[in-house]
Amino acid sequence: MILLGREKPYRREMTSGNLAFAEAMRQINPDVVAAYPITPSTEIPMKFAEFVADGLTDTEFIAVESEHSAITACVGASVSGARVMTASSANGIALMHEIFPIAAMFRAPIVLGLVNRTMGAPLNIHCDHSDSMPERDSGWIQIYCEDAQEVYDTVLLAVRLAEHRDVLTPVFVCQDGFITSHCYEPVEFLSDEIVRNFVGTREPFWPLLDVDVPVSYGSFVMSEDYFEIKRTQLEGMSNVPRVCGELSRELAFVTGREYGAVERCMTDDADYVVVVMSSAAGVAKDVVDSLRGRGVKAGCLRVRMFRPFPYDEVRDVLGDKLGVAVLDRSVSPGGAPPLAAEVRTALYDCPRRVPVASYIFGLGGRDFFPADAEMVFEDLAEGRSGFAGYIGLRDKYARGRRAV
Amino acid sequence: MSAELKCWQDFPPGGIAFGATARQVETGLWRSMRPVLDAVRCVSCLRCWVQCPDASIITDSDARVSGVDFFFCKGCGLCAKVCPAGAIVMRPEAEFLNEPCGAVQGTSPEGR
Repeated sequence: MILLGREKPYRREMTSGNLAFAEAMRQINPDVVAAYPITPSTEIPMKFAEFVADGLTDTEFIAVESEHSAITACVGASVSGARVMTASSANGIALMHEIFPIAAMFRAPIVLGLVNRTMGAPLNIHCDHSDSMPERDSGWIQIYCEDAQEVYDTVLLAVRLAEHRDVLTPVFVCQDGFITSHCYEPVEFLSDEIVRNFVGTREPFWPLLDVDVPVSYGSFVMSEDYFEIKRTQLEGMSNVPRVCGELSRELAFVTGREYGAVERCMTDDADYVVVVMSSAAGVAKDVVDSLRGRGVKAGCLRVRMFRPFPYDEVRDVLGDKLGVAVLDRSVSPGGAPPLAAEVRTALYDCPRRVPVASYIFGLGGRDFFPADAEMVFEDLAEGRSGFAGYIGLRDKYARGRRAV
Repeated sequence: MSAELKCWQDFPPGGIAFGATARQVETGLWRSMRPVLDAVRCVSCLRCWVQCPDASIITDSDARVSGVDFFFCKGCGLCAKVCPAGAIVMRPEAEFLNEPCGAVQGTSPEGR
């Protein structure tokens, strides 16, 4: 790419996941942002409100009275043709829940910064995935980022992905609360000019405010048509892998960083692979490196895109392994943990049965240590499969680092 | 598959309806109380015209209040509440059983 701008094309700064998200918003300059603060996502609208107050954006910033109102205003603005962004966490996400499937059915592109935090009670502000996992059936795209750089890159990608004619589906850009959202690390920002060239302006299809082509959103539909109309919604999601691949390559052309639906770390020749999402992948990959130094054929598969779930990629990576461990940062009481359920579904069609051991870790921000990941690899070497326990849970009868 | 029902590929995305209009929807069917206008008391201040959530207050060519469109009027009573002259009273629909539900008191608006 030939860069003719006045600004330097890139700049490196120490920043956090939240501030990287807010900086991306400033550069994107969305038409409407409606948001309500909740820890740990508060910094995103807070920093962005500063940009608005300083006149650095043209955005209509709507300070609302609840998360339900925030997402409702976002849906109204989005179907009117505006480029729309917001952010939330935990119980704020739960309060938005009623509106999420409506946004998805309306094919309303919205980019929501979801900073993962556990669902109360007990009241706790730290990270797990129990806020976003209940939304997996809401019809939104879910992308989980490992670090602040990936958050920044993914926000730019998500705007194009959500608004693409073949997708028209809202996106959650997830990052781990505090671990990613509040920790400072170096992030490479593109120049404003490059960002604006990449994101362009939204070209809405059938906006509510087009008086020449009047349309209604949200009409009442009886049983004879509901099923067919619901089926139209699924087209957007099924086009995500193709469109996201195209956009990721286009963005990588500018940034030099390309992300797939999954990230493979030493998986090609691995015997044992740990599957994990978001920031904990950093620990797992570090342990893979050290185990490789000791001759253990360990690997790590980080699932970045949870909706749509990359069943084919997961099967391709894991189908020939001696053992797979899936680490879930949320529970489904009375059922399989969400990531483990998807990985097992992906592997069901393999000709050879792959043993899958499922773990729960990190609830309410409980730390995940290298020794925990090492224990998981030791379990796999011993042939463990099925539900394999709660990592780091204090239990009167537990031996070692795990309680079953 | 019945011939008149469409397949899913025939529906536009978003569940949108093209050219749909509220003009066809007879919200007057919901009414249990109806506003009755006393043309002698009415001073045509147009507070009812401003406040009516269904744009059911009819005005004549001199912009004077001339009636209520019962095709749309839901009988919420806001017009009677805001009237400073006491020119609108709410009466039970039971008193008007012999009149058609969508009857218009005053001039008919265009477009129906």
